[in-house]
Amino acid sequence: MTSSPAAIIGGNRTPFARAHGRYAHASAQDLLTAALDGLVARHSLAGMRLGEVAGGAVLKHSRDFNLTREAVLSTALDPATPAHDLQMACDTGVETAVTVANKIALGQIDVGVASGVDTASDAPVAVDDGLRRVLIALSRARTTKARLAALARLRPQQLKPQVPSTAEARTGLSMGEHAALTAARWKITRTAQDEVALASHARLAAADERGFFDDLITPFAGLQRDDNLRPDTSMERLAKLKPVFGLGAGVGAEPTLTAGNSTALTDGASAVLLASDAWAAEHRQPVLAHLVDAESGAVDFASGREGLLMAGVYAAPRLLARRDLRLADMDLVEVHEAFASTVLTTLGAWEDAEFCSTHLGLDAPLGTVDRDRLNVAGSSLATGHPFAATGGRILATVAKLLRERVDSGAPSQEKGVQRALVSVCAAGGQGVVALVEAR
Amino acid sequence: MSAPGATSPAPADRYRDAVSHGPGAALAKRLGLPRPTPLRRRGDDDDALLVGPALVVSVPLEGSAASAASDASRGEPLAPVLADLLRGAGAEVDAPGGGTTGTSLASDNRSRRGALLLDATRIDTVGDLDDVRAVLAPAVKALAPHGRVVVLSRVPALPGSGGSVMADVERAAAQAGLEGLVRTLAKELRDGATANLVRLTGESADAHAAVGAAASTLLFLASAASAYVSGQVVDVAVGPSSAGERRQAEPSPTGPLDQPADQTLAGRVAVVTGAARGIGAAITAVLAARGAHVVGVDVPAAGDALARVVNAVGGSALALDITADGAGERLARYLVDRHGGAHLVVHNAGITRDKLLVNMDEARWRSVLEVNLAAQLRLTDALLSTDGALTERARVVAVSSTSGLAGNRGQSNYATSKAGVAGMVRALAPALAGRGITVNAVAPGFIETDMTAAMPALTREAARRVSSLRQGGLPVDVAETIAWLADPASGAVTGQVVRVCGQNIVGA
Repeated sequence: MTSSPAAIIGGNRTPFARAHGRYAHASAQDLLTAALDGLVARHSLAGMRLGEVAGGAVLKHSRDFNLTREAVLSTALDPATPAHDLQMACDTGVETAVTVANKIALGQIDVGVASGVDTASDAPVAVDDGLRRVLIALSRARTTKARLAALARLRPQQLKPQVPSTAEARTGLSMGEHAALTAARWKITRTAQDEVALASHARLAAADERGFFDDLITPFAGLQRDDNLRPDTSMERLAKLKPVFGLGAGVGAEPTLTAGNSTALTDGASAVLLASDAWAAEHRQPVLAHLVDAESGAVDFASGREGLLMAGVYAAPRLLARRDLRLADMDLVEVHEAFASTVLTTLGAWEDAEFCSTHLGLDAPLGTVDRDRLNVAGSSLATGHPFAATGGRILATVAKLLRERVDSGAPSQEKGVQRALVSVCAAGGQGVVALVEAR
Repeated sequence: MSAPGATSPAPADRYRDAVSHGPGAALAKRLGLPRPTPLRRRGDDDDALLVGPALVVSVPLEGSAASAASDASRGEPLAPVLADLLRGAGAEVDAPGGGTTGTSLASDNRSRRGALLLDATRIDTVGDLDDVRAVLAPAVKALAPHGRVVVLSRVPALPGSGGSVMADVERAAAQAGLEGLVRTLAKELRDGATANLVRLTGESADAHAAVGAAASTLLFLASAASAYVSGQVVDVAVGPSSAGERRQAEPSPTGPLDQPADQTLAGRVAVVTGAARGIGAAITAVLAARGAHVVGVDVPAAGDALARVVNAVGGSALALDITADGAGERLARYLVDRHGGAHLVVHNAGITRDKLLVNMDEARWRSVLEVNLAAQLRLTDALLSTDGALTERARVVAVSSTSGLAGNRGQSNYATSKAGVAGMVRALAPALAGRGITVNAVAPGFIETDMTAAMPALTREAARRVSSLRQGGLPVDVAETIAWLADPASGAVTGQVVRVCGQNIVGA
């Protein structure tokens, strides 16, 4: 069986909305259905049976065990389109794309959709573990006596609902606290972080202004663009914000992470259409780029040896080496802005000769990323970050950016090909990097 | 979020419903109030072309005094071929043997007639018109509710090209007289019946060629699809110069089983601008129902509504602001790349920004002219100048408005733009005749949409009753008219502006 990389045909997402705002009353399934239906309409897929729709959410009701399949049944796709759910924290979206692309590359399917959704507004609320045990015992009880015995174990404090948090299970620290620790270790300044945030907003606003998202976003619930975007923000405004993470004594540095340089809780969904080149040609669909390869990484954050969001730093050199490429061969780089400091520690690590030697096993630094090639249409600090929807947002965006570069004859590191490296960090000390190419 | 447009129920016309039956009907009759009849529309109840048998007659009648004059110079009567056309479409035809004499023009009460096709192309003199009255008077009396009157006339050659100048002038006068007659008849008809005039233009062809060129138009005007088209005059070009394919009077041999007769647009790609809601959504639905793959175009902000409309019919959505720089080139490129070109473009996108002219600021004026007219011109230019964006024999249909033809208080910008659309169609049609491309416009009158539902109740009520059909039309009525103009068989219809207004009292 020969394999050829899957083509990225197009993408669609809802505008991303700050949590408890415009999408406060939309469910994860509503959002995912909307993202899929917008993609179906743009690419004339109504009534069509696709090989696979992969999707997922990080915050997920247990009743949504078949979230993606249920969403597919609500779309205009042929109901004979199979679907599966997948979960890898904030890498859910990019991992669904890798999964679908691999099936296409292997020839198992010729077209599929990778998708993801998250809504902090419609987050599942769990019950206390003690209450849960009481309720299960109650359902098992067959006699009145047994029922009363079960109920007798009920305690008032068990009635407090458990709202999902971004705290790591193994450390009890929130993601922001972890990011603050890593930022302090790499001596990332507040100003440098605010500059990343400012660039993100400015670039997203510029891309939006030139209509870049006209074929990547479909309005939802009256919202037409990401409402986290602050086109008029400035260094002065960002500087006024109070730090919110790293306030504790343990960090050992001035706190630098603010609401301006950290992503907000966000609601939204995204979808990416992937196919074989043959399917694209047969259906007269555009090939924006190819998802050539991907590599997952994970780090030992629990012991404190490495930062929670640093896995992409390790995965990237492995991917590049396998492809016989250097970081300098990348015409664009997308590093998910979980925090501005995530981007800066990632770039800093790749530039650091000692780190590259001791941690990555490289003879020389992996390289420097020119900021003009980094997150050129803005990233999560401006768009917001509905966890599982971020991977799809980035892949569709970068595929279209590469296509534009090819079509406009933009210079590239290697003649005839435009390349991008994508890195998306995730909870659990994990990360996925992907290589996207357009010719 | 409710889906607007084709999928939303028509706004209620409570007055019409109250007076169309029962005590309300009796009361309205005694008081002399208008009694609009709910119109018969395609797909309402049955698939029949007509509600009853058709009467097909050529005038002057054979053996009448008028006919005694030079029969030879009049050309062939069309009635026999017209009768074959209707029979081929599944209608029962009362046509007398030769189509000119015999059976009573009135009908027995057992079956009132569904349609009256009157071939008046051979009327040469004022005296000949006597026969028109003699046929119409009893036949109209025998017309069933929702009946159809279609009169055929011709636009004669310029005086002096043949024989006597005054004979040519009298022929022209007599033929022109038919316009006033048909428009008046449309106003006198009741119960959802309509009357329209088809004028054959160009050098006279034989009867089969003439009827063949006009076939799609005649069948549209005879059918329920033309429910809200009345009192209209449509020119059909016969003879060598007419564009496009012709539907022959004889029905073609059976097509493939999966392609029923109403799939006139099967395999065709249609572009509809402003497709996300209202009339555009209805156009999308109707064209898709005829087998077209519809590319719905609307502004990015309407993307979610657009997705619903196109997904419902298996079409394609293109988020595009038609006024943006390079929009035409983008559309052309998209059509070439994604669809291998379009067979049909419907310029439907339009906006209103009403103010009295004295209060009309530049922004309101410009935005309306930009969206409703300038963008259409640029789009059309880009499509015509990009190889492969439009197929040969393509169809261009623009949406004008009765406001543009008749003027409308508070709509100087809108009326200017929509009259401009009519002008564009008339100028472009002859320019593209050589490529077999037809260019036409529909001019909707009062059409029930979300927009009219938001009007003040009294204004809306008045607007509904000032047409001959005494009610507003529906978006589907506009869409059906466009589907007729888009039909590959309508190649002989170009440069026309057809009102879909129930013969509104304003305008021509």
